[in-house]
Amino acid sequence: MEKFLLRNIENPNSADINEYVKAGGYKNLSKALALSPQDIMDEIKKSGLRGRGGAGFPTGMKWSFAKADPKFPKYLLCNADEGEPGTFKDRPILEKNPHLLIEGMTISGYVLGSEYGYIYLRGEYPAAADILNAAIKQAYEANYLGDNINGKGIKFHLAVHQGAGAYICGEETALIESIEGKKGQPRNKPPFPVNVGAWSMPTIVNNVETLSNLPLLIEIGGEAYSHIGSKECPGPKLFSVSGHVNKPGVYELPMGTSLKDIIYKHAGGIRNGGKLKAVIPGGISTPVLPADGIDCAMDFVAMPKAGSMLGSGAVIVMDESVCMVKVAYRALKFFEHESCGKCVPCREGTDWLRKVLGRIENGNGKEGDIELLTDITGIMLGKTFCPLGDGAAGVVNGMIKHFRNEFEEHIKNAGCVLSR
Amino acid sequence: MFNESVLKEIDEIKAKYPDRKSALLPSLYVAQREFGWLSHEAMECVSKALNVPEAMVRGTATFYSMYKHRPVGRHVIQLCTNVSCMILGAEKLVDFLGTRYGVQPNGTSRDSRFSLVIMECIGACGTAPAMLVDTDFFDNLSEKRIEEILEKYK
Repeated sequence: MEKFLLRNIENPNSADINEYVKAGGYKNLSKALALSPQDIMDEIKKSGLRGRGGAGFPTGMKWSFAKADPKFPKYLLCNADEGEPGTFKDRPILEKNPHLLIEGMTISGYVLGSEYGYIYLRGEYPAAADILNAAIKQAYEANYLGDNINGKGIKFHLAVHQGAGAYICGEETALIESIEGKKGQPRNKPPFPVNVGAWSMPTIVNNVETLSNLPLLIEIGGEAYSHIGSKECPGPKLFSVSGHVNKPGVYELPMGTSLKDIIYKHAGGIRNGGKLKAVIPGGISTPVLPADGIDCAMDFVAMPKAGSMLGSGAVIVMDESVCMVKVAYRALKFFEHESCGKCVPCREGTDWLRKVLGRIENGNGKEGDIELLTDITGIMLGKTFCPLGDGAAGVVNGMIKHFRNEFEEHIKNAGCVLSR
Repeated sequence: MFNESVLKEIDEIKAKYPDRKSALLPSLYVAQREFGWLSHEAMECVSKALNVPEAMVRGTATFYSMYKHRPVGRHVIQLCTNVSCMILGAEKLVDFLGTRYGVQPNGTSRDSRFSLVIMECIGACGTAPAMLVDTDFFDNLSEKRIEEILEKYK
């Protein structure tokens, strides 16, 4: 497939506006401004574009809710808080193709009637902050941002807002709290951000990759876009592959590419002649799949049927040297650290799961601990404002489902055989 | 109190948002740069500059892990040990930093040269293990490579 999101990134100066324009950049903005916002909305709905942040919500539907709200100003927030462990798919866009995101956001602002956008960038990407700020400055100078875009009297302003190291701020209502200067604790819904979001105004929060799809959608039209990849959730998709593969990296492939192909065809298979043991297919909060469970299409519809989720498309590949109890323990250390503390089942649940997993990994597991873990996840699932608690519980349940014997052996042998 | 040029910088930050409270996170970064860490005095300065209650400043400042609440070494090493880095040996690198440079997680070496913070994923999973030294980014780490890199940070 021809690359679009990662087009031209081999060019060492790809982040510069002149190089971007030379490669056809900002043409789609001009094309979009010649259409009416409603026409573009129709194209987006026709395209079947779904949000790339992890939830896969239909973009056209989200936008129509925000457009229907009579309140102004409306805010457009780009979620660049890429914090899901295993995920590094937005980074090439932010660092190598920032003008694609800016073009996508300017088009989006025009469609939504939003004149103010912010890129909520994770604090751990200081290089991306400098690159984005420089790109925004160039875009202002070239009149692709500002009060009179392309001389058409259209207004869109854009600024970077840096986070400070809180995973939870990738959740859209926590992100909004954070941009308002508060602790990043998710809000209860409803009201939804499309009606009451940042500074109590209608707010659209979309992932970097989602917004970067807009220029392509304008270029080829909704109909053609809907024929790329999976029927139910079409378009190009970025997959970030890490772990024990020969060629880790970010791959732009049609949505619905099989997980097996991603690992063996694109990422070059298992490194050092190793044998595949397990795959976390969509970032650490998606349930693990065993080696024989990877014959599935990577999209928002097929993955739940295969027992996991597409998540952010972050494929973590593990060979047989890896202890699954240790992975679960490390994952829960993460969730415990990142739980915002607002909902008791998540705050306490992640703490308990981490403690029990820790004692199993360290050789102090007791009989009945596996049942205890399942019991705790039952208390957490579906009982929190945001999906962090569900994610943590799902990870533990997935590990137990596919690798129960490994947990039992740890308890029986008082520790990990692999790490001895 | 912040000096004139810092106050001007904070005013420019405020102008980016419809509400002054939104300038809190970026202003805390400014305070951290000015004071080296977020001391009581640093947070008081932010509170005054933004006209935001000190309790809110402290609440926000202690929620986010990139704000430092005690003095740190001359250079801060932020090393990821999450799953992708862990399965490629990040934990051994934590031990190495301890034995070679005398710096423990959440601690500072005796000579105040380095502080070590364990990170939860810095988005370099494809080239793991990875770390940030101050704001410089390094990946594909090994003990040897860490030694070479840290030579430049005295």
